[in-house]
Amino acid sequence: MIKHFILVFIALFFSFSTVFSQEIQEEIIEEEIIEEVVFEESSIAFPSRFSWEISGNIQGDYRFFEEDGLYGGQETEYFSTIFNPEIYVEWDNSNQLIQFEGFARLNQYDIEQTHWDIRELYYQNIIENWELSVGKKQIYWGFTESNHLVNIINQDDLLEGNGVANKLGQSMIHISNYSEMGTVDVMLMRGFNPIQFPGAKGRLRPPFAVDYASTTYESEDGVDNTDFAIRWSHNFNAIDLGVSHFKGTSRTPLITSADGISFAPHYELIDQTGLELQASVGSMLWKLEAIQRKSDRKTIRAYTFGGEYTLVTKGGYDIGLLAEYNYDDRGAESITGLNDDVFAGIRIALNDEQSTSFLGGMNKDNENGTISYFVEADRRLGDSWKIKVKAFGFKDVAENEFLYLLRKDGFVELSLVKYF
Amino acid sequence: MKKIKSIVLGGLLLAFTAVNAQTPEEKGLAIAIEAEQADNGWGNSSNSLTMTLKNKNGQTTVRKTHGFSLEIPGDGDMSMTVFDTPKDVKGTASMTYTHKIGDDDQWLYLPALKRVKRISSSNKSGPFMGSEFAFEDISSQEVEKFNHKYIGLVKVSGTVCYKIERYPVSKTSGYTKIIIYINKENLRPEMLNFFDRKGAKLKTLTYSGYQQYLGKYWRASEMKMVNHLNGKETLLNFENYKFNDPSITKDSFTQNSLKRVK
Repeated sequence: MIKHFILVFIALFFSFSTVFSQEIQEEIIEEEIIEEVVFEESSIAFPSRFSWEISGNIQGDYRFFEEDGLYGGQETEYFSTIFNPEIYVEWDNSNQLIQFEGFARLNQYDIEQTHWDIRELYYQNIIENWELSVGKKQIYWGFTESNHLVNIINQDDLLEGNGVANKLGQSMIHISNYSEMGTVDVMLMRGFNPIQFPGAKGRLRPPFAVDYASTTYESEDGVDNTDFAIRWSHNFNAIDLGVSHFKGTSRTPLITSADGISFAPHYELIDQTGLELQASVGSMLWKLEAIQRKSDRKTIRAYTFGGEYTLVTKGGYDIGLLAEYNYDDRGAESITGLNDDVFAGIRIALNDEQSTSFLGGMNKDNENGTISYFVEADRRLGDSWKIKVKAFGFKDVAENEFLYLLRKDGFVELSLVKYF
Repeated sequence: MKKIKSIVLGGLLLAFTAVNAQTPEEKGLAIAIEAEQADNGWGNSSNSLTMTLKNKNGQTTVRKTHGFSLEIPGDGDMSMTVFDTPKDVKGTASMTYTHKIGDDDQWLYLPALKRVKRISSSNKSGPFMGSEFAFEDISSQEVEKFNHKYIGLVKVSGTVCYKIERYPVSKTSGYTKIIIYINKENLRPEMLNFFDRKGAKLKTLTYSGYQQYLGKYWRASEMKMVNHLNGKETLLNFENYKFNDPSITKDSFTQNSLKRVK
């Protein structure tokens, strides 16, 4: 019994002493400085911060078309200059502001590509969660990359030769409200901008001269029709959602001809309902845009669905891999031609001091094999310059595609931008 | 004999409790929580930032931003950053909702396109504006984003610091381990060492020019990141710290605010 007790005691003593000695050691660590590190002195000096009220840029473009144009009068080289000034004024603790953004392009040959536009000029008043804007604005809706179905407010600036990437300013009264229930935007628009195609000497144009004087509108009020749009949008953690409705004159005309010689645009009245959905799941962004567009003539449905996978390499490059599918029940009648098309693209940001980035992509029509592709790259030079390169081309364009009219218009463009 | 036994047992129990309270993981977490609590209640703040990038040859490039952030009790902070220079990115703004659990939400407004784009959460390991700071280095450092392990007390530039290893919970983090040195006296961070996936020491971040605001909250006016692999450095200089701006509320962090912030 005693022997047993002693054994237990010894066992207890050992465990106690082990624990005790550990405890002592911990104490020693607590008291002892185990490492000493000394900072290096900083060697960089800092200027103070300042801000601009007027900004903008001037850009010089050189665009080279590999092939001769299909139509008379077209050139293969074009030089042009863009002026893009911005003025921003705010007062009343930033609750009232005026924003101006102008745009002008001077083209060497194509007098019709020489154009200017007030991209934005509006007054805004912010009262708590309300925003009231009056004037010309640019509104962007949507998430997908290869097509912008939902984005309907502003007319395309086709004279820029970048498809639907550039937009004209739209006059409107815009009220926006934010609450826990999401953001609601309501717009009343007047002053319709008819689309402008490049002139006879320009590239990326249809073969015929457009008879703008014979333009017709379904609305009795013509360009003075009041268009209406409403959108609700919200974000729930990893999900962004938008539902919109547009009622008014379609931005995209039908080109009609009674005699096969003269071609005139006709603008229908449409009701377009749009859905935008985006979900961030780990490294993946899932995107969906869908529309239903009703006119007296027909109802069409279209959607774009896809995703963007982002990864960061060891060297700190951001790489985005894009894949999207486009469906449009207009078929080849849709101007973009994205009716049953697959898009694949890659975006690379080198994350260097000069913010070098690349974007490349390709669309392929599943029905007729038509391919269109583009590559863009840009890099900052010094503090306020940027160099940009862009290439755009087609391959195996089917005759029933709208792009067939432009099939020889693949180009390479070099731009130099000065920011001020 | 019985007395001795109970003393021994009592001692044993005490020792065990002491040891249990001081497992390195628990102690690391306890200090991290204590440091976070010491900084609780700051409400909102705004500042401007000058970022100086320095390459191996000593050439420097300067970027400027300004922004504001809001403390969200029970979750991560909300923050807004507007780029001022270089001029080609002037007006670009980023909005982040940091979360204690799960991925942060981040959006970017591109003024040239008038477009808001969501930034994928895997982007957090990528560099911020071409600097040596990754997005995850400058976003709010919530305790829940790491597992902690206390190492010991060390002296950093003459200051006694807790040395704690922390391991990012997120799989998309660019790091496997971060060693943080927290000032023992006032619980502010003094230095961080970042280790990459191979376990190599990748970067060192040091804080200096600390100033106390509202009599409680310490903010460094200078943060310096040195990349040991490529020899580059980035210096962040914070100025114009302001607290308690009544106009900064949750409603300052909406998609509308992101589009109009200047």
